[in-house]
Amino acid sequence: MLLELRKVSKSFGAIKAVSDVDLQVGRGELVGLMGDNGAGKSTMIKLIAGNFPPSSGEIVIDDEVVHFHKPVEARGKGIEVVYQDLALCNNLTAAANLFLGRELKSSIGPIRWLNHAAMNRRAGELFGELKSETRPRDLVRQMSGGQRQAVAIARTRLTDAKIVLMDEPTAAISVRQVAEVLDLIRRLKDSGITVVLISHRMPDVFAVCERVVVMRRGRKVADKPITDSSPEEVTGLITGAIHSA
Amino acid sequence: MNDTAERPNRAKPELEQEHVSIQSVLDVQEKSAYQRFIGNQSFWVTVALVAICLGMVWVEPRFATEDNFYNITRNFAFIGIMALGMTPVIITGGIDLSVGSVMGLAAIVAGSVLLAETPAWMAGWWPEAAWAHSWWMAVIAGLAAGAVVGFINGVLIAYVGLPPFVVTLGMLAAARAVGVILSGNRMLYDFIPDADTFKIIGGGQNFGFDLPFRLSNPFLIMIVLTIGLAVVLRMATWGRHIYAIGGNEHAANLTGVPVKRVKVQAYVLCSLSAALAAILSVGWSGSANNSLGATYELLAIASVVIGGANLMGGEGTAYGAFVGAALIFVIRNSLLMAGVDSNWQGIFVGAFIVLAVLLERIRGRRRE
Repeated sequence: MLLELRKVSKSFGAIKAVSDVDLQVGRGELVGLMGDNGAGKSTMIKLIAGNFPPSSGEIVIDDEVVHFHKPVEARGKGIEVVYQDLALCNNLTAAANLFLGRELKSSIGPIRWLNHAAMNRRAGELFGELKSETRPRDLVRQMSGGQRQAVAIARTRLTDAKIVLMDEPTAAISVRQVAEVLDLIRRLKDSGITVVLISHRMPDVFAVCERVVVMRRGRKVADKPITDSSPEEVTGLITGAIHSA
Repeated sequence: MNDTAERPNRAKPELEQEHVSIQSVLDVQEKSAYQRFIGNQSFWVTVALVAICLGMVWVEPRFATEDNFYNITRNFAFIGIMALGMTPVIITGGIDLSVGSVMGLAAIVAGSVLLAETPAWMAGWWPEAAWAHSWWMAVIAGLAAGAVVGFINGVLIAYVGLPPFVVTLGMLAAARAVGVILSGNRMLYDFIPDADTFKIIGGGQNFGFDLPFRLSNPFLIMIVLTIGLAVVLRMATWGRHIYAIGGNEHAANLTGVPVKRVKVQAYVLCSLSAALAAILSVGWSGSANNSLGATYELLAIASVVIGGANLMGGEGTAYGAFVGAALIFVIRNSLLMAGVDSNWQGIFVGAFIVLAVLLERIRGRRRE
């Protein structure tokens, strides 16, 4: 197993956001994570991404128990995240955002400086691969929702990520761009990357995912192949009309 | 700005868009270099500066003299150096109100080291004979005092999470008080002979070289620092991170920018620049006074804001701080020469700060 959660819980004061969740995700799998607002999806993602450690239980990556306290540590283990709010700096260019925290540099001896040309070029290549009309030198402030999404997704392609966690990647973009993002998700999977897709949009999950995991009130209520399920069943699981499957 | 006019590529109908090569789109820049230049506040401040200078040359013959140029550039160098240090702090979305007090403290610390006799409060435990220091010790001591203050500010802001306004307001009072205590509330001027070197650094010209023109050392140091800061902000990872923190601190944190460390460094740099201004000022005047730099924080912040920095963070340049400080001092000088009572200057400086923020707000609204 590439990623394994064992009896993971997370409480914020009196609120138990995630309780006793077991989850296994294999290499190259494309798993959809669904649930209503406040069901604990985002908390799960943040636990795996290292934003905070679990209150109890353990997270295992490549058969190794990990204890993340910062997102950087998770990134070091090959976990990349596309955040719901995209985590972009509006005052910087697309390329600058793409390489934020891992800038390309030139150096002579100990003196190192930013290699703007290389970053713009590489960013252009990545946007090209994503078939996105995002221009590396444009400020993010001036971009459309789809272009911002492309910047956030392109970030995960900078390194050889093992797992990409996507938090509502299709929430704020146009229909045409949704198809593009879903294409990209399939392309990530084809190149052997594991993707965990969190989404509200039933059609997206059923279009690309192989397995669906449903959360309700912090608990995992279903975990089954997408072919054995249906949008109706998942809706029932999310709302609580069906207790578990 | 009118978006559709600027983006011909995006105006194409959906079907046709498939045939546009992506590479051709990627190479286009949102705004041309010319447009960005014109949309820049520091450009318009430069225009205003040149216009005021030309106007003054025309109406007031004393303005264009070499002596007056020498004096203006030296006087604004002290504020300019502080404004340069303030720039990264403001870009991160912070503010440092303590720089004026840091100036007073650094002046007293450097001045105490230069004293011919042991400072009164130290006499009991530091023997008279051992109080023999060099000019460079005074420089290091002054800078160290600034660095310590900046470090305390930075840790309280970045690690403890207190608002920059509150922390540095507290430091404004505290640092000034420490300066007054250390000096025994007296002016320090009875310096060792070695202090002459110290005085030349702040009061001399052309770095001691024989040149056809005359520029004060503080002004030349400010020029070097302006270029240095401009290069760091544009070319160094540190500069990129400063802008990122100001743009979206949360995002910077998530992408692995060492936000807390960078913030502490920004506040240390800011206080260091105030200490440097103090050391140059002490050298120039030949004495150290604990009231040095009072209300200078206002001028330093005003310079940065007038130069186009955004107090909400994310924007600001080294050149902006330079030209903002220049504009303030040329206006002050012009008002003096025009015979306006110097007590009125505050009104103009205050009005310019509000005007600069207002301009920024209007430009920001147009962008949305």
